[in-house]
Amino acid sequence: MQAEQVEIAQFLAQHPPFDDLPQKALNELAQQVEVAYFRAKTDILSFGQDISDLYVIRSGSVEMYRRNGELYNRLATAGIFGQMGLLMNRKVRFPATALEDTLVYCINVELFNRYCDEFDAFADYFETDGNVRLHQAIVEQADGNDLTTAKVKSLIHRDVVTVDATSTIQDIAKLMTEEAVSSVLVTDVNKPINDDPEEDDGQVVGIITDRDLRSKVVAKGLAFNTQAKDIMSTNLVLLDANDYIFEAVLAMLRDNLHHLPVVQKKRPIGVISLSDILRYESQSSLLLVRGILAQQTIEDLAHYARQLPNVFVRMVNEDANSHMVGTAMAVIGRTFKQRLLVLAEEKFGPPPVPYCFIALGSMARDEQLIVTDQDNALILDDSYDDEKHNEYFQNISDFVCDGLAQCGYTYCDGEIMASFKKWRKTRSEWFDQFADWIAQPKPQALLNSSIFFDLDGVWGKTKWANELKIFIAKQSKANRIFLANMAANARNRTPPLGFFKGFVMEHNGQHKRSMNLKRRGTAPLSDVIRVHALAIGSRKQNSFERLEDIIEAKLLPQGKAQDLRDALEYIAMMRIRHQAWQIEKGEEPDNNLDPHLLSPFEQRNLKEAFAILEKAQSYLKFSYTANSGVK
Amino acid sequence: MNPRNYKAVDWQARYNELANSTENKLLKHFYAGAYNQDKAAVKDVPFVAMDFETTGLNSQNDDIVSVGLVPFSLKRIYCKHSRHWVVQPRRNLHEESILIHGITHSEVDDAPDFNQIIEPLLEALSGKVVVVHYAAIERHFLNNALLLRLKEGIEFALVDTMEIEKRALKARQGLLGRVFNTKLGSLRLTDCRARYSLPAYQNHNALTDALATAELLQAQLSHHYRVDTPISELWG
Repeated sequence: MQAEQVEIAQFLAQHPPFDDLPQKALNELAQQVEVAYFRAKTDILSFGQDISDLYVIRSGSVEMYRRNGELYNRLATAGIFGQMGLLMNRKVRFPATALEDTLVYCINVELFNRYCDEFDAFADYFETDGNVRLHQAIVEQADGNDLTTAKVKSLIHRDVVTVDATSTIQDIAKLMTEEAVSSVLVTDVNKPINDDPEEDDGQVVGIITDRDLRSKVVAKGLAFNTQAKDIMSTNLVLLDANDYIFEAVLAMLRDNLHHLPVVQKKRPIGVISLSDILRYESQSSLLLVRGILAQQTIEDLAHYARQLPNVFVRMVNEDANSHMVGTAMAVIGRTFKQRLLVLAEEKFGPPPVPYCFIALGSMARDEQLIVTDQDNALILDDSYDDEKHNEYFQNISDFVCDGLAQCGYTYCDGEIMASFKKWRKTRSEWFDQFADWIAQPKPQALLNSSIFFDLDGVWGKTKWANELKIFIAKQSKANRIFLANMAANARNRTPPLGFFKGFVMEHNGQHKRSMNLKRRGTAPLSDVIRVHALAIGSRKQNSFERLEDIIEAKLLPQGKAQDLRDALEYIAMMRIRHQAWQIEKGEEPDNNLDPHLLSPFEQRNLKEAFAILEKAQSYLKFSYTANSGVK
Repeated sequence: MNPRNYKAVDWQARYNELANSTENKLLKHFYAGAYNQDKAAVKDVPFVAMDFETTGLNSQNDDIVSVGLVPFSLKRIYCKHSRHWVVQPRRNLHEESILIHGITHSEVDDAPDFNQIIEPLLEALSGKVVVVHYAAIERHFLNNALLLRLKEGIEFALVDTMEIEKRALKARQGLLGRVFNTKLGSLRLTDCRARYSLPAYQNHNALTDALATAELLQAQLSHHYRVDTPISELWG
């Protein structure tokens, strides 16, 4: 005989979402709850602890905090908390503390999931609680992470040290020693001061670093009275004080700079160095990057690469978002390539003609995860002579591709690797190739080459890669026929929505019970985003950055680009967490997720994300047609 | 309060004696399985809150009409294992107690005799420390109900939330308060609960009151005792 808890049932009946439940369901719920009392100022939930209940406040009040200690929410009688933890991974996301003496009803997750399944209104309440939950789940992920939330300005601990452009380098070296800095900014009193305070650049014209004194002065035997203006670097890469630290990391790695001036508006307020960041985030993937650069042989590199899964798992556990994880993995992948090329040039000698090694696909987009194959190619100088030079470039390409394979980056199935002669082209040949793809699009040819439309220079004459990006952006913008072809290809891989309708699975043998989150999720989303980006002539490669450009260009109806961003982030995080989980279990990470393992919440979110993809694909169909142009 | 109802007892020894001396199989089983870990920390003790509704206050002449049980621990109250029985009294229900409990004559007419719930009741109490608000009622009514039917009464350890409240209020009153005999404050269940910001319940059936008592003990323990306080300090 089950005893009827009238008092609990009556309370629940007065408050959403329970007020919509049929009486019978309400009574059952009241019979199943567990009750707990918390004295004022005591912890109800601590961050990271396992959570298996939804909490309903019967009396009292509760405060919830973000990980950084900031107040997230304050709830009173009938307030509900814990759903985020149940939703994400059954770990507490927001610690909760009793503000007053508090009595709570705890609803077990099994019961909660069953009620979500049985009663739509009940499920909807949690779906639309506050904002759209998918969006909220993503915003929340970003909040927990230091590297993505901490600003560059938090690393500035001292005033900027400046010297005049006419100072002698000996005086500068003395000043740097006294001030214990490894760089100074150079100012020119003759530089006109702009009347507009917004444009005030502090008359800064350049930067001098320790390295400059070594390589430009001592190595070249310049006189000590050489002036600052003669050795300074004028090509300043500036950071905004509000940039995130990880953007600084990227800028440094991309341009191989160790010191970056930080500006507020345009005025320099400090310089941050690589070591500032290392101190800040000693556990970060940056350490791995430094370690890669120190390895001397392919064997050492391959051995070192075994740490990669741990770095990946740590980032996931630190709540990095997918952009951050993708960027870090891409930076690491890029560093492996750079190191291998240095080793290759040591072994086979300096290149006979200049070249640029380019990365393609997910690595170029900064969306690389732990399981990835290598997609790369070479751009050769136009002075390249096949008879004389082919052997050299074949050698270094084989060296790099084999080395990458040993480091865990499997060979590309589609043979898109520099080790294949057809993907070692001169600059002119590449321009011709892209011009041909864009001007005379053939669906099949484009299908195989869409990967080339995400490209990034890794080593050598990286500016050639940039020239190609600009060329592609200009040629493809508003080119109807080309875009229509790209759009048609972007609709090839459909989201596995059928799966959710009756749990129908793709029948691909081994993974019958699972869906491929990359092939049917993140990859087609990236395809859709690429088409829009090409249509507006965006030069960005990363899907999130492309979406920023797409939003700015107002290409899509209000809110659609944001939906795409949320969908991509959700599926990507699902994929990332799935892989981290497999690594932690000692399994080989893959992209195949068994949705039965997801909570009804996660299933619903995933379905929502896939539905966004489906809508975006059908939007492509109507927006990019060969005879009517965009829109 | 009558010291007979609530005093320090060595329950480990007492349960042993009772298990050996009783003639009744049900009671022997109950005593043998009774929770007797007098040194156990309250955080580890399995409790069950119990409340009776009766036809009056005199355990000699009045009868139990319903029983509510809610098992719990210091951390959680388990509603899904709670029990509620309505039973047949020997005497007519007084009109006034109908008002209080909301139990009608027709409900009682359909109810079983107390006889039929003795076994499941003892089973549900077995291995747990019983918690009541005001020990005299449950202790004496259960004793008399069994005496009448099994020809043998029952003894069991009780934690009395009213007694605990009284101690807490006395501690707060302090020496001067005791000397001048200031008023302690109400010991009614609802008033005790209000001191811990527990909600006022509208219903007063045996099950709701048992739930209310369980919540009260959780609150009292978290305010006045450590989690490793031995149960022997609380039961009588």
